[in-house]
Amino acid sequence: MTLPDTQTNRIDLRLVAEMVTPGSRVLDVGCGDGELLSLLAETRGVDGRGIELSREGVAGCVARGLSVIQGDADTDLADYPDDSFDYVILSQTIQATRNPRLVLEHMLRIGRRAIVSFPNFGHWRMRTQVFFLGRMPVTDSLPYAWWDTPNIHFCTIRDFVALCDTVGAEKERAVALDVAGGKVGVSAPWWFWNLFGAQAVFLLKRG
Amino acid sequence: MPNRTQVPELLADPLAEANQPSSLLARFGPDKALQLDSGAVLEHWQIAYQTYGELNAARSNAVLVCHALTGDQYVASRNPVTGKGGWWTAMIGPGKPIDTDRFFVICANVLGGCMGTTGPASTDPATGKPWGLSFPMVTIRDMVRAQAHLIDSLGIDSLFCVAGGSMGGMQVLQWAASYPTRVFSALPLATAAKHSAQNIAFHEVGRQAVMADPDWRQGRYLDEGTRPAKGLSVARMGAHITYLSEPALHRKFGRKLQERSAPTFTFDADFQVESYLRYQGISFVERFDANSYLYVTRAMDYFDLAADHDGVLAKAFAGTRTRFCVASFTSDWLFPTTDSRAIVHALNAAGASVSFVELESDKGHDAFLLEEPNLFATTRGFIGAAARARGI
Repeated sequence: MTLPDTQTNRIDLRLVAEMVTPGSRVLDVGCGDGELLSLLAETRGVDGRGIELSREGVAGCVARGLSVIQGDADTDLADYPDDSFDYVILSQTIQATRNPRLVLEHMLRIGRRAIVSFPNFGHWRMRTQVFFLGRMPVTDSLPYAWWDTPNIHFCTIRDFVALCDTVGAEKERAVALDVAGGKVGVSAPWWFWNLFGAQAVFLLKRG
Repeated sequence: MPNRTQVPELLADPLAEANQPSSLLARFGPDKALQLDSGAVLEHWQIAYQTYGELNAARSNAVLVCHALTGDQYVASRNPVTGKGGWWTAMIGPGKPIDTDRFFVICANVLGGCMGTTGPASTDPATGKPWGLSFPMVTIRDMVRAQAHLIDSLGIDSLFCVAGGSMGGMQVLQWAASYPTRVFSALPLATAAKHSAQNIAFHEVGRQAVMADPDWRQGRYLDEGTRPAKGLSVARMGAHITYLSEPALHRKFGRKLQERSAPTFTFDADFQVESYLRYQGISFVERFDANSYLYVTRAMDYFDLAADHDGVLAKAFAGTRTRFCVASFTSDWLFPTTDSRAIVHALNAAGASVSFVELESDKGHDAFLLEEPNLFATTRGFIGAAARARGI
């Protein structure tokens, strides 16, 4: 028997996977159809668990042999004990939570490390849509209209950095990716990332 | 292993199975006396069971299936009393989610049952008469203790999986709590870690219906040659409603009349749903012992896994290495999703490997027994991954 094929084209997922120490215990919050958990199981040999809101997502994950529970990041993280995971990952999900601050605090409590990836609302293309069209931005990676989007708490990279400071999270690593998935100037200042990073990935620990 | 299931026609006396089951039988004596939670000890007792598939050389592929309140050991083969096929053939068989081509499936009649495992309809060796109400009260943990003796006697150290729904799911949880090293994976479906007040209430109505029947004779009906058929039938009718859902009843029957075009203005079964329930009641009486119904419902009522662990359910699973997959159904109001979530929360708190999904179905509690493709896909995925981890 072989594991399901999980070769992914998503650069952000591969970047997250690279931040995870092989053989560690990982909780993926908002794990969707289990693409990242499968990648982590295959390439990093992790003991992975997931939480996913959608019934279809959970059924798909369990059917591919992943340990995933149906649950809500906003309410169910409170049930997990302190330090029960090496990494708690929130991949492209923070903008869909009702209380991002609380979710981040729980992640830092439950895991020794937290990894958060999110779309940057400060990217120049977002800014130009708001500035020139006067409309809420709609892009290939964020295709929803304002009235049907599940993404209720968008933030920019600088906003997220400020939240990390507020909750006392220490930034161990941060990477911004451009639209093509290339890393944005590694030593560039935050304002540069905030303008040219389409998405960002942060590796955090309790400060 | 011998399989003595050939019964050419329906038995005249269904309770003949209680003492002389046509199943495989494991008998235990004083050296394997069963210490019960009530304090009583059963010195001579037996378990009737069925098996499917082959045990592998490493003895690592055994799956124990635990049956629900009125189920039996005929999980995937013809029931000798009813003549009907197994009660979980959708789930268990060659090529099915629990694949008997890969796994050795065992299903035993529960302690207190009436299909060959010792229960109130069995003969008390001390008196030569049916136990009746002198049979000691049994609990879910007692049922599981009895099953552990059976598994020992089959030479199986660790079970690949323990699976079951409803009361079967309670036994699955009890197995994982009582024998954590003997359970590699656990599949508790549509179940709860404790029986709710509402469910105890429904059971009490059923028991009172049985005991109100004059033919119950204070539980001595087998000695006196009567059967509390009316009472047991009413108990079953009431219980059956709790296994369904309003959408399922509406879809199946609505307000349709039974073979008539207008109401008769009598208490005859005008509505199809009445006729259906009456049939369910009558056919149940033909296969089930009334005292057994009292004892097994009571065992469910007493079930509260956290109570054995200082009221903290997570402690029941502390340090467990068992892989769990919990599932509930949206329309199940007898064992609602909140019950399953409580189990999942406790397993998370214990750091256990757990999957949980609430499956969409309008079929109520009975959904776990029916054709539910999502349940089968979930089970296949879970069992397949567990089998890979176990090297089967």
